[in-house]
Amino acid sequence: MWQNFIGELVRAMNEILGNFAHFLPRFLEMLAIVVVGWIIAYVLRAVVRSLLKITRFDKLSEHTGAASLLRGAALPSPTEMLSRFVFWVAWAGFILVGINVLGIVGLEQHVTSFFGFLPRLFAAFFILFFGLLAASFFSRAALLGGVNADLPSPRLVSLTLRTMMILFVVSMAFEEIGIGSRTVTVAFTLTFGALMLGLALAFGLGGKDLAKKYLERRFAREQFPNEPAKEREDELSPL
Amino acid sequence: MPEVSILSDDFVRELINVGEVDIVVGVPTHNDARTVGQVVQAVRAGLLKFFPRERTVIINADGGSHDGTQDLVRAASISDQTYGSSVHALRTLHSISTEYEGGPASGIALHKILAAADLLQAKACTVVSPESTTLDADWIEKLVRPVLRDGRDLVLPVYRRHKFDGLLIRNLAYPITRSIYGCAVREPYPADFAFSGTLGSHFLAQDIWNQEQGRHGTELWLTLSTIVNRYKVVQSFLGAKTRPDDAPADLVQAMRQTAGTIFSSLDSNAAVWTSPVAPLEAPCLGCGPAIALDPLRLNRKRLFDMFKFGITELEPVFLSILSTDTHDALRKLAGGPEDKFSYPAVLWANTVYEFAAAYHKAVIGRDHIVQALVPLFRGRAYTFLTENREASAEQVESNIESLCQTFERQKPYLVELWNGKK
Repeated sequence: MWQNFIGELVRAMNEILGNFAHFLPRFLEMLAIVVVGWIIAYVLRAVVRSLLKITRFDKLSEHTGAASLLRGAALPSPTEMLSRFVFWVAWAGFILVGINVLGIVGLEQHVTSFFGFLPRLFAAFFILFFGLLAASFFSRAALLGGVNADLPSPRLVSLTLRTMMILFVVSMAFEEIGIGSRTVTVAFTLTFGALMLGLALAFGLGGKDLAKKYLERRFAREQFPNEPAKEREDELSPL
Repeated sequence: MPEVSILSDDFVRELINVGEVDIVVGVPTHNDARTVGQVVQAVRAGLLKFFPRERTVIINADGGSHDGTQDLVRAASISDQTYGSSVHALRTLHSISTEYEGGPASGIALHKILAAADLLQAKACTVVSPESTTLDADWIEKLVRPVLRDGRDLVLPVYRRHKFDGLLIRNLAYPITRSIYGCAVREPYPADFAFSGTLGSHFLAQDIWNQEQGRHGTELWLTLSTIVNRYKVVQSFLGAKTRPDDAPADLVQAMRQTAGTIFSSLDSNAAVWTSPVAPLEAPCLGCGPAIALDPLRLNRKRLFDMFKFGITELEPVFLSILSTDTHDALRKLAGGPEDKFSYPAVLWANTVYEFAAAYHKAVIGRDHIVQALVPLFRGRAYTFLTENREASAEQVESNIESLCQTFERQKPYLVELWNGKK
């Protein structure tokens, strides 16, 4: 019996040692992948950071308003944020590849989904960045146009336009990565629809006389291009 | 014939029929039937009177008129001329017209005229505005003679204008051209001007024709390019220039054409002006009093209100463009009462220079930078109107001179901003 016990123990030990001997190279392989991955991710971060500095990404981000958002939340500059993001995505990718090497059942599918998710994540980031850039550009254009045309509340118009565009962009980005896509889309549709209806009513009821005058002036002028414009008291001749 | 490709086959055929010429008179038009007939008749009279022996042609580049403008220009043929019997035409005077696409844009019209003048190997080319209703035969002589007889390359006009006309030229284009490039030309953005064949070839070689400067503000760009390249410039006093009844008062567009063009030129020629620039003489031929004092009603209050409104509403934009000192000073001005308001020359010069540096560094969209200057210019215009309300012509000249000197004194500030030292 004692011999049986010893035999079983030796067999178990051999099995453990066998498994360990089988597992150890894979574990070392994983460690090597993780370490090499860290080095590659680190180099990648340095490269991305340099590229972003050369292309003045921070300045571009100032235009989008993203930089001021990050500053407000006491976060690093957009260049630093993006280079860190690239580092972590790259290293996480290598870690997952390393784990995959271990051959743990069930993890492979998660690794595949992670790599499938990456392009969508980058697409969402792309949409968000350029969307914010467009929102900033068009809201500033509306502000300048409103001020120079002496329209009432240009800042409010500009802010409304900016908010609407940011909402639209965020909903598109969420839809891209598949987070609460239906909720965000429905919320955006409702808000946008309500705002447009409100504006349509406000302009339709409040501005019909103005619109009539504008159309009369415009079409009368196009029909009779040689008719002199009415001299306004405050008309300057800048050139 | 490097630029012949921009001319249509039919137009080239017409030009070949004309043959080589000495003088080209270019008339860019778009729906100018009300005035162009009178202008073309005066041009024709000028050519017959002062250049009867030269081979001449009138070339009209039209932006798609629907009012018969082109017919009026074509009708200026020698056969129906009704000039005094003592003057006889020794040569045929051609008057041809072409329509360009992508217009109306004075730059495209000018490009066509330049290409045509190059093809015809003209010794002198003059461009006249179809709205210059005060143009008479003498203008043609005053514009063309310095090129043809005195070997000048560019002849710019000096007009007698109302003291409150051309405020953007007097408060921005003239002072900045003089202080930065060292050439005191009163009308750097000319409506009527002349140039030599050599300078015309230089104009054609510019790489602006597919850019915004090749559409609007082109005349100003070409003037600045002439000065930068040290061609021989002269000014010719033409007399009174009246405002057309429907003068466009789109200040934003005017700002794009002047400030936008000047800032862009500063950007392209930084190597020239950031080091000391020797003055370029531009003598004025036959200069007389250039300021008219007829009464003119202007609503100054609206200018002040729009300045105040702009300062308040555009604060986030100004924070990206202006220095803290300048921005604070402007806010203080906007916060004060109207009767105490004055936008001093130094502050205006610093404002313009900070805008130029912001344009160079593209701190925000460049067109937005130019647009943001509009409300500030309104404040400066208010001060100019107030300072010169009761002023005589001499006092107005003295105030403009003082403004130019301020721009000259502040030039090192622009160089510091440009080089990133501030």
